[in-house]
Amino acid sequence: MNLDKFYYDNKLPKFFAIACIFWGAVGMLLGVIAAFQLAFPVLNFSEYFPNLAFGRLRPVHTNAVIFAFVGNGIFTGIYYAIPRLLKTPMWSNKLGNIHFWGWQFIIVCAAVSLLMGFTTGKEYAELEWPIDILITLVWVVFGINMFATIITRRERHLYVAIWFFIASWVTVALLHIVNSFEIPVSFMKSYSWYAGVQDALVQWWYGHNAVAFFLTTPYLGLMYYFLPKAANRPVYSYRLSIVHFWSLIFLYIWAGPHHLLYTALPEWAQSLGTAFSIMLILPSWGGMLNGLFTLRGAWDKVREDPVLKFFVVAVTCYGMSTFEGPMLSLKNVNAISHYSDWTVAHVHIGALGWNGFLTFGMMYWLIPKLFNTKLYSTKLAATHFWIGTLGILLYAIPMYWSAFRSYFMMKAFTPEGQLQYQFIDVVQTVIPFYIMRAIGGTIFLIGVFIMIYNLVKTAKKGSFVAKEEAEAAPLTKEYRAPSNSIWHSFIERKPILLLVLSLVVVGIGGLVELVPTFLVKENIPSIASVKPYTPLELQGRDIYIREGCYNCHSQMIRPFRYEVTRYGEYSKAGEFVYDHPFQWGSKRTGPDLARIGGKYGDAWHFNHMLEPTSMAPGSIMPSYPSLYENEIDRGSTNSKIHAMRKMGVPYESGYESIANDDLDKQAKGIADRLAKDNNIKVSSNKEIIAIIAYLQRIGTDIKLESKK
Amino acid sequence: MKFSTYLEKISGVSIYPIVSLVMFIVFFVLVTYWMYSIDKTEISRIENLPLDDNNK
Repeated sequence: MNLDKFYYDNKLPKFFAIACIFWGAVGMLLGVIAAFQLAFPVLNFSEYFPNLAFGRLRPVHTNAVIFAFVGNGIFTGIYYAIPRLLKTPMWSNKLGNIHFWGWQFIIVCAAVSLLMGFTTGKEYAELEWPIDILITLVWVVFGINMFATIITRRERHLYVAIWFFIASWVTVALLHIVNSFEIPVSFMKSYSWYAGVQDALVQWWYGHNAVAFFLTTPYLGLMYYFLPKAANRPVYSYRLSIVHFWSLIFLYIWAGPHHLLYTALPEWAQSLGTAFSIMLILPSWGGMLNGLFTLRGAWDKVREDPVLKFFVVAVTCYGMSTFEGPMLSLKNVNAISHYSDWTVAHVHIGALGWNGFLTFGMMYWLIPKLFNTKLYSTKLAATHFWIGTLGILLYAIPMYWSAFRSYFMMKAFTPEGQLQYQFIDVVQTVIPFYIMRAIGGTIFLIGVFIMIYNLVKTAKKGSFVAKEEAEAAPLTKEYRAPSNSIWHSFIERKPILLLVLSLVVVGIGGLVELVPTFLVKENIPSIASVKPYTPLELQGRDIYIREGCYNCHSQMIRPFRYEVTRYGEYSKAGEFVYDHPFQWGSKRTGPDLARIGGKYGDAWHFNHMLEPTSMAPGSIMPSYPSLYENEIDRGSTNSKIHAMRKMGVPYESGYESIANDDLDKQAKGIADRLAKDNNIKVSSNKEIIAIIAYLQRIGTDIKLESKK
Repeated sequence: MKFSTYLEKISGVSIYPIVSLVMFIVFFVLVTYWMYSIDKTEISRIENLPLDDNNK
């Protein structure tokens, strides 16, 4: 048989690897800065750089780490592994280049636009609609290139890593499209198509599966490729990997609602999320054991080889967080962990340990290969390993500690039945933990810089192999499966069928959860006294979203005695029907705001936003001096009201043309009251007036109901 | 707002849990059957794919 001669391209894997490490360092640096900001609010530099306050920086950190660091890590592995597994070069170098530069362009746009305050206000999906469209286009380019490569392959069987890549591609596409339904109001401003409970459900279906299909399944593909390569032995059990794959994608898609336990989400959806999360332990641990057992009989190598060291800790962290995840999905555990630093610790075990260490291991293996040399210093890599591990521990342990400490303080009552601690007391006692966490993060980052030095030295030592020659026989047209092979190998030989089956498998879970919440009215009982926001409140809400207040403040009171006593009546599903997007939040670094309306006077908010510690001594909230200078964007009122009505918010037709009159009237009222009652002189067209109007409105509608 | 309140309105709803249970079981039985039925030599060929680079 004639053998085809062809070349594997190493240029794109190299590009992606450089981008991955570069953005990784940037993303982690931003994380370290954000961590120090929480401990020392002066680092927000609000007076000089309002764009760098925690509320704007944190989304840049999360997006950078997820989509820039891990994203480029995935592509590095895919562009290296797929050609070699399929014995063919990538189908199109041009599409590969478009994919690479397109993705980097998206990252730059994302960072700039988030710092400028352009955000949808939905976690990990903060990017505004033009960038969403760009992401879709680049993702399609990547998909075409990947599938064309698979179709033109010279190896009939698709190795399990490729299944993971296919499932990841199709599911991420589905998630991105469904969660990004939004109605543009202007260039770089849109409202989520969904509202309140539905928005929350779609968002966390997305958010959870972004973890599943962006941070986990593609990295499992990398594990199944690079771990055997580094250990130079096949995976422990290929059969187990089949079960791992199908059961993981089958179960993962259902687990999203565990992010919304004890919220206003319908009970049945919460229970569904819990049940599937518990089941997820099995495939996840199957995968972890499959990875670890691959090293059976080769543990002596782990002592020597830094690549394997990183892989072992990465897979162990995968096992730890996939055990922790289901535990956090139990309602009684979730009552403690939700809104607390526990969640933060949990995701960082995943991000630093699983994604971080797997990436580092891959790089230590790959870069010497690409430059046809040996690693510059094994010793430095081992140092990086120990520093990194220490960094993870120093990061996570203070966060667990802080979570339990704040839980016990939050729920403490005096014998007289009053809350023992103010929220601010809790904040004060966890600041030392925030400092320790920031130090842990810094240590982890130092390890990354050691790696960069080591890899640059390695690259300089060797010479880059742009192309690797290889040869393989082409696939014959007529293929007769061996008589003892059955339908399974049939699926496995058909990439498109595999794609469709993966989509069906993840589609079932999505549909069963999302559709009833949209179609069945009883899921969101309406409350007659809940009315749409006034134009001024709507503008204030958009400022709230722009400044990223949701990063630290929830708007969702759970039905616990200690929450109801502290914040007020627990939240009902019907209260959020006009919230495009929902702002329930996922973390309470500051107190819940679901019933903040009317709790304090306008003057309190006025002083508090300018200098939080003047009203709440010990507060770690950044100050917002720019709100007192910027004017309300009256020009956008018309299109905002119009967009809201299009989505079913009952503003009367034609209201947009007179909305600004109402806005002015309400703003003047607030400014006049401030002047009369508190001797505060402020012009009524400043943003602070709008945000006060919004804050004073939150959660008050339901009180009108009880007054009736 | 229990799930049952509107489940009751679907005619023949009692079949739903059975159907879903059957779906799940069939799915996992098929995957398990598939897993065990793969030929041993084929498995060992596939699992060695990452190790066999075949580049010169």
